[in-house]
Amino acid sequence: MKLDILGAAAIAAMAVAGTAQAQGISDDVVKVGVLTDLSGIYSDLAGQGSVVAAQLAAEEMGGKVLGKPVVVVSADHQNKPDIAANLARGWFDQQQVDMIADFPTSSTALAVMEIARQKNRVTMLSSGVATAVLAEKCSATNAQWTVNTYALAAGTAKALLKDGKKSWYFITADYTFGHSLEKDASQIIAENGGEVKGVSRHPFPGTDFSSFILKAQGSGADVIALANAGADTVNAIKQASEYGVGGKQTVAPLLAYISDVKSMGLAKAQGMYLTEAFYWDYDDRSRAWSAKFFEKTKKMPTAAQAGVYSATLSYLKAIEAAGTDEAGAVMARLRQMTIDDAVIRNGRLRADGALVHDMLLLQVKKPAESKRDWDFYNVRAVLSGAEVYPAPNPACPLNKS
Amino acid sequence: MSSTLRLFWLFVAAAILVPFFPQIVYPIFMMKVLCYGLFACAFNLLLGYTGLVSFAHAAFLGSAGYVTGALMIRHADRIGTEVAILAGVATAAAIGAVIGGLAIRRKGIYFAMITLALSQIVYFLAVQFRWTGGEDGLQGIPRGRLFGLVDLTSDNAIYGFTLVVFVAGFLLVHRIIHSPFGQILRAIRDNEPRAISLGYDTDRFKLLAFVLSAAVAGLAGALKALVFQLVSLNDVSLHTSTEVVLMTLLGGLGTIWGPLVGAALVVGLQNYLATLGDMVTIVIGLIFIVCVSFFRLGLVGEFLRLRKSA
Amino acid sequence: MFDIPLPAVLAQVTIGLINGCFYAMLSMGLAIIFGLLNIINFTHGAQFMMAAFITWIGLNQLGPWLGFPELQLGFWASLVVAPLIVAAVGMGLERLLLRRLAHLDHLYGLLLTFGVALVTEGAFRHGFGVSGQGYDPPEMLQGPIDIGFMMLPRYRLFVVVASLAICLATIWLFERTRLGAYLRAGTENPRLLQAFGINVPVMITLAYGFGVGLAGLAGVLAAPIMQITPLMGGNLLNIIFAVVVIGGLGSISGAMVTGLGLGLIEGITKVVYPEASTVVVFVIMALALLLRPAGLFGRET
Repeated sequence: MKLDILGAAAIAAMAVAGTAQAQGISDDVVKVGVLTDLSGIYSDLAGQGSVVAAQLAAEEMGGKVLGKPVVVVSADHQNKPDIAANLARGWFDQQQVDMIADFPTSSTALAVMEIARQKNRVTMLSSGVATAVLAEKCSATNAQWTVNTYALAAGTAKALLKDGKKSWYFITADYTFGHSLEKDASQIIAENGGEVKGVSRHPFPGTDFSSFILKAQGSGADVIALANAGADTVNAIKQASEYGVGGKQTVAPLLAYISDVKSMGLAKAQGMYLTEAFYWDYDDRSRAWSAKFFEKTKKMPTAAQAGVYSATLSYLKAIEAAGTDEAGAVMARLRQMTIDDAVIRNGRLRADGALVHDMLLLQVKKPAESKRDWDFYNVRAVLSGAEVYPAPNPACPLNKS
Repeated sequence: MSSTLRLFWLFVAAAILVPFFPQIVYPIFMMKVLCYGLFACAFNLLLGYTGLVSFAHAAFLGSAGYVTGALMIRHADRIGTEVAILAGVATAAAIGAVIGGLAIRRKGIYFAMITLALSQIVYFLAVQFRWTGGEDGLQGIPRGRLFGLVDLTSDNAIYGFTLVVFVAGFLLVHRIIHSPFGQILRAIRDNEPRAISLGYDTDRFKLLAFVLSAAVAGLAGALKALVFQLVSLNDVSLHTSTEVVLMTLLGGLGTIWGPLVGAALVVGLQNYLATLGDMVTIVIGLIFIVCVSFFRLGLVGEFLRLRKSA
Repeated sequence: MFDIPLPAVLAQVTIGLINGCFYAMLSMGLAIIFGLLNIINFTHGAQFMMAAFITWIGLNQLGPWLGFPELQLGFWASLVVAPLIVAAVGMGLERLLLRRLAHLDHLYGLLLTFGVALVTEGAFRHGFGVSGQGYDPPEMLQGPIDIGFMMLPRYRLFVVVASLAICLATIWLFERTRLGAYLRAGTENPRLLQAFGINVPVMITLAYGFGVGLAGLAGVLAAPIMQITPLMGGNLLNIIFAVVVIGGLGSISGAMVTGLGLGLIEGITKVVYPEASTVVVFVIMALALLLRPAGLFGRET
């Protein structure tokens, strides 16, 4: 009888791990590839910092998992999907890469996700934030680790709506990411009794935002929401202050990384609300890890970079727990874990690949409040994942079972 | 058989061996080289042999890719792959006829500028249309079955297919260049007024060369869409148009082999530079400067010159 | 746009004209260079960016670099210094590289300057990152003023006045003075001019420096408006290019008129159909070239 139970347990355990149990670690090495923008417009918010973050995660594991070495490789996809796809195929076919992380721009993420699914490898998105990866094209071997446009929009929009700012005007970058932000935010505004007074979609990248700002000003909307990113956001905020936007009207960037606030300066950014997955000065754990990061890069980590660290660390831990680096078994393990590290809190990985976790509602400090460099935000609220993440999209086949 | 063709078949024989030794030359890399090589051959037909500078070639590459890809995504179960490719090539040729038809009315730098402007309009349409997937592009394009029979899904099958299409495209360009039509094109390149005085309707010849070049570029684009199973905005961007100039120039303008050598170099560089971090643009920029300043004939061109003088 | 009240239309037109001033200043430089060197200067955007960076460096970095933390080069000083530096570097480039291409097809000059632009942008990106730097307008020009139908930032008003003055002065220099006459003659018949005892190569170098200097001046003026990033010039270059081609390659006053006009059209498009505000420039360029082969103000040669 006892033997029977033991036997059943053994069979069950083998079933969980699948045939991979016998494999252990493929090729005697766990390789993590960081596929990012090392030379283009996203290289400050992700770029080399993401590579360093992945290395920190590997170091934290002692450079080994299940007795096999962990190696971090990196490459520049130049924000072009065909280059990204090419690099990923080479990594999977020839260099034994098991997992690829980061992916600024959704087009590169979508391209590589598809290949990884075919080859049974893992992708973990950090700076890739479009909700499109959770819809029709969702993949069982993909995790959108750090954040998505819906959660970003929900955090900021709900806070402002609660403040009584009901009418909105969007300045949107005319590409997938901008549309995604605008659509997600509009839905939240409609659900919470607000209204969208108008939208200006500008070609990407834009240089002069004056006419959109003027239209937004003229619309009398309470909030001028910026559904764009990087230099576009910074330019729009800068020019809004030039035209004297303020007082009753609030400018709200729906996605701003700490690198953007750094480059526009507190004088221009002060008072703005924004939602982030991570802020280095949140608590002792985040400060301790960020100090390590700062030592190597002389910059504080952005949420995207910190997300790469958390994703890599959790991936390695899941391999350790699963006893194999087979993608299906690792993903199954990740879905059982509660993610809690220096970056991500209360994280649960959903079937469609969304990592639902706590987000931070931040407000930019006044220059006088800031005690030193990188001391930029007051944490106004911790938003639970359930509050800000979108419901599972029925278009994703993984949400059906 | 000319020495060029003998060398070509030697190259084809070597290319056939590639899938058997993936550790020496990675087949995916080789397929990318073949696609871009064909693309550069098409461009060379125009710039090298007709003397026309086009900044619209990405529009042909990309539009054919989009049409082929969209057809395969929607109708892969009903049509053979060859139908989707032909539709792509026809689209590229049609856009080529429109852009070429407008541009040949002007000469020199103005010609180039009209192609640039019109290709930006194609890019704009690719961003705005829904069926092109906007900034996300098209992903997961099925490779389908050739004539409804041969399954192209496996990497080896698509490799063989790519090689066959490349050979056909290359031989077509070779044939055009060495035909009486090709000689007229060269006459126009060297001295257009003289060609006119000989009684040729040069505009018609230029337009025909433009459309042919667009069609072959489209063939490369359709093929690329199937090989990589994706099409993106990058394929219709000005960046790709300048890249093909770089390939052709680096390899050797107006030589049969130049575009292929240039394509191999640029694709290889891209792969290599991807790990180099933020120095990519600096290195590519330096290559432009050095190439234009010191090796204007390109690698193949300089080689031929050295052999001639030796 | 018929439901938009008149003041709003006037405001959008004003904004269009402000951008047009930048286009005019930048494309004049391009036109001068094309007219005298027969080169399409793809480095123009990078040179514009360089001047903006020099302006920022002068205020924030120069002192610490040199070991005198108090040393600062303010906006007004930069307005003189930055264009001179950019022009000097440009003249070096002309002497070293561009000169060798003078007798070749346009394509080569275009590709060479494209390469130089890539290297310059790459170098600044390596040194300063991509997020860019902010720069405040000088104290006396901060804040908006009410001009009746809109609140116009003082600094933008200054930009309009300054750039129009610069453009008109350039036209005067090239079309009304003896120096300008020499320069124009130099493009038509360099040998003849040489025979008159004028050093044509030096003149060409100076002309390139002048064209590039104009880009530098525009860069300094843009610093307080745009985020200073390595790509700020590259993004503008396509439009500037179109302006010069529409105006007629080499026509200086044509570049100015077209620059202002395109700024206006772009501004109106931003109101009516913002998604198309970049592509509209190319539609006009294609139309203009088809209707007027050598550009609106050019002469066919």
